[in-house]
Amino acid sequence: MYHTHMYEGMLAETVTMRGDKGDVINAYYARPLGAGPFPGMVVIHHAPGWDEWYREATRKFAHHGYAAISPNLYFRDGHGTPEDVGAKVRAAGGVPDDQAVGDVEGAMRYLRSLPYINGKVGVFGTCSGGRHAFLVACRVRGFDAAVDCWGGRVAMSKEELTPKQPVAPIDYTKDLSCPLLGLFGEEDKSPSPEQVAQHERELKKHGKTYEFHMYPQAGHGFFYYDRPAYRQEQAVDGWKKVFAFLEKYLSAKGA
Amino acid sequence: MCTMIVQQAEIDGSGKGAKGWFTLRQVNVSYDHPYHVPLEHALNIDFVNEAEGAGARVAVELSVESARQLLQTIQAVLARAEAGGYLEGDT
Repeated sequence: MYHTHMYEGMLAETVTMRGDKGDVINAYYARPLGAGPFPGMVVIHHAPGWDEWYREATRKFAHHGYAAISPNLYFRDGHGTPEDVGAKVRAAGGVPDDQAVGDVEGAMRYLRSLPYINGKVGVFGTCSGGRHAFLVACRVRGFDAAVDCWGGRVAMSKEELTPKQPVAPIDYTKDLSCPLLGLFGEEDKSPSPEQVAQHERELKKHGKTYEFHMYPQAGHGFFYYDRPAYRQEQAVDGWKKVFAFLEKYLSAKGA
Repeated sequence: MCTMIVQQAEIDGSGKGAKGWFTLRQVNVSYDHPYHVPLEHALNIDFVNEAEGAGARVAVELSVESARQLLQTIQAVLARAEAGGYLEGDT
């Protein structure tokens, strides 16, 4: 925890990294200054795009002592304002799951290649990024903690499957390779409380380590201070839970 | 996006974007997270020209009620124009 006598500094910049299939993509990277060692965090942006909230969130993780990287999952879809690029991806039905998993894995490998990483890397995402965080924690080895904030479409009906999203993430639950934190809102429609309960049953069935918190009077995206969905009390508590969870599983002395 | 409810159609027309008028080639209609209107989900209409890049976009985000109202209004105007024999290039 920060105390007022402490030195604090951070480096934050755009970098390039290798993503899915070795493609070069860009990413936003922030880390505390100093020799470390620091745990790593991959920060997966939400469906609306690789936007300012996500660059801020990346710096927030650095402020809390993490070397954090947020890969631009929409890099291949061209450049423009985050909204314009996000709208283009929305029209295309999102990015393919395989590609997102490959990009997030690339970001994890980028962190692990750095000399000041403590050997632990986590993954965080909201909205579609929460879904991707869970998906990648199931499909890729190398993560030590995963945070899924209101990831919709983890449980999917057969009718919802598409060539880009051919398998419901919930069907990979047996392969989950690290502890999972889930934060959800009771008033959310995607994921609905019923879908969250379904996911929880699956996690229990396979004996996975997880912590789910369902917030009353909150819907989808209650961390976003720039949207009407913002819920101050729930967001403050949610961030507290995120950092407590990461401290438990990503500190050098952690489990 | 979170609902993934989206449909595209080819269109002809012009739209006025951030850099002035441009030729429209496609319209993307989705019911998903909007960027600006203070709703969790909205009926989003993006008039675009994909060949001109992501910035060639005229965006509209509507409540469900407004979207239905727009639909009815367009139909009513087209019906009146048709009744008056004004429609051009209708196939």
